[in-house]
Amino acid sequence: MSDPILSVRNLRVYFEVSGDGWFGARKVLRAVDGVSFDLDRSETLGIVGESGCGKSTLARAVLGLVQVTSGEVRFMGHDLVHLDHEKLREQRRHLQIIFQDPLSSLDPRMNVGQIIAEPLRSFFPRMSQQERQEKVIDMMRHVGLLPEHINRYPHEFSGGQAQRIGIARALITQPEVVVCDEPVSALDVSIKAQIVNLLADLQAEFGLSLLFIAHDLASVRHVSRRVMVLYLGKVMELAPWDEIYRAPRHPYTQALIQAIPPADPKRARTNPAKPLGGELPSPIAPPSGCVFRTRCPYAVERCAQEEPSLRHVNGSLVACHLAEQIPKPARTA
Amino acid sequence: MADAPLLEARKLSVEFATREGVVRAVSEVDLDLAAGETLAIVGESGSGKSQMLLSLLGLVARNARVTGSARFKGEELLSAPENRLNEIRGSGIGLVFQDPMTSLNPYLSIGLQLTEPLRIHKGEDRAAAAAQAIDMLKAVHITEPERRMQQYPHQLSGGMRQRVAIAMALICRPEILIADEPTTALDVTVQAQVLSLLREIRERFGTAVILVTHDLGVIAELADRVNVMYAGKIVERGSVEDIFYNCRHPYTEALERSIPQFTEVRPARLTAISGNPPNPVRLPPGCAFAPRCPYRLGVCDQSVPPLETVSPNHTKACFYEGPLGTAAELSA
Repeated sequence: MSDPILSVRNLRVYFEVSGDGWFGARKVLRAVDGVSFDLDRSETLGIVGESGCGKSTLARAVLGLVQVTSGEVRFMGHDLVHLDHEKLREQRRHLQIIFQDPLSSLDPRMNVGQIIAEPLRSFFPRMSQQERQEKVIDMMRHVGLLPEHINRYPHEFSGGQAQRIGIARALITQPEVVVCDEPVSALDVSIKAQIVNLLADLQAEFGLSLLFIAHDLASVRHVSRRVMVLYLGKVMELAPWDEIYRAPRHPYTQALIQAIPPADPKRARTNPAKPLGGELPSPIAPPSGCVFRTRCPYAVERCAQEEPSLRHVNGSLVACHLAEQIPKPARTA
Repeated sequence: MADAPLLEARKLSVEFATREGVVRAVSEVDLDLAAGETLAIVGESGSGKSQMLLSLLGLVARNARVTGSARFKGEELLSAPENRLNEIRGSGIGLVFQDPMTSLNPYLSIGLQLTEPLRIHKGEDRAAAAAQAIDMLKAVHITEPERRMQQYPHQLSGGMRQRVAIAMALICRPEILIADEPTTALDVTVQAQVLSLLREIRERFGTAVILVTHDLGVIAELADRVNVMYAGKIVERGSVEDIFYNCRHPYTEALERSIPQFTEVRPARLTAISGNPPNPVRLPPGCAFAPRCPYRLGVCDQSVPPLETVSPNHTKACFYEGPLGTAAELSA
């Protein structure tokens, strides 16, 4: 095994938010609270969690786009958290991001050629105009855009094509790691599959390492062999896909699986999508002990007192005191 | 099933005059809804599914021209005066949108928003309206309903807002609930909450539901019948079983094959539908799906396939008669 390309250790991102009323004391929102993981070369790690679980903040922290409170992000031997501005900028071209909403992440006043070329202008200011143009056209072909559309503007493209532009812009600097922040969530079903397949092809072709963020398990299974499940800023389970599928060990992972509607009327009648009870607690005042315990059907007293650490249970890493005792869920899909 | 249809649309079309020409968002669509049943309308962005429903309630933009006929319990909606439509919109047909903030007013308390329709449409006094509003909040599983009545939309989570929006649509006990992508913006566990809530509501109040969605998982959970729309037309129509187990239109098949499934066997690639939906200003002369269709015949480029009967309640608009499932890969 070679060293992982990206290594995150005990990453914390806290935000200060204003308190109640005009003079209320400021409070701390724990968006990412002690997350650790490794990303191997040419691997795709799926990161799954619902709104407010900290997945997007985690992505931005890895890229140095938000202030990290504590912890380490090691990328090819550099600790990105403690790198000075100049050196961080040098590393940036190796770390790129694809956003969820393709249209709002593209400048409407720039044409496609300018949008895709912008990272080259920024990171390789001495590159000749001709070389830049060649690289842009080459990349447009790779992502399935017609080179003759190079002078068109973002509004002239459909959502799927706009996402191809976003992908081309992210890949033009030949990055090592690409963070995909829900790249297909905003797209129509028929287009989603096109983009997922494109990302898989490009990953194989360029040997990319991907962090693939999604809000449900079904969307990451086609791209990633390992999945990390987040809840309220903490890792609940980190396991190979097969383990997540055959033996999801954390009650939250199980809840995510059981909430997926089966897309089969007969199975839906006998075994419909099962809602998770309760509401998401506030990240400003998370529950004591295990953060999931307020919605967990198996919670016992210990869960309120002692925070479970992420520990090995067979082939998985699970943060649950009861991981060995919890029964496998009835499969819904 | 009831004797007379609750809602019946015939040759309903919606056209918009734009600078680029006339856009036909909805093209001669027939629609039937019986009391208590759930009809799903599936299609992608721009297929006309939302415009079709908005046109029923007189909610389309000013530059729209709506033709055809749409009757709610025998009463024509398209020529109804604004004040009559207002009555129907409040108490006959309720609406829930994808983003609950579209229906909730950020400046008004939940209580005021829930009681207002009761006071206007049913003439209830303040106390009676408040009591009914609290009951309805309980029905949609909002905890501490009395406290929520005083709160504002921004103080609720996304899932709670959508449940409040559903409560608001149901407060006057409409016979039809139109839910336009009610779970698309929600997380999967919250989606499951809203789906089970819609099931409960349907049983408890006997409300007929028109569910607009592009998610076949949601359809399998709730629908009795399904209309599949593409480029402003219905291309296949049948019971939920017909659509899932015996679909006859290549577009329906493609939709079904492109959903990411939670299954152990992991196909190397997802089945994708090649190309993009057509530009509504420049629809192809024949079948609008032909340019993306793996089963395309010569005739498909020349004439528009009519809706024809497959079995008594199952129709499709497609010239291809051979078996589906033969296009191994719908190309990537």
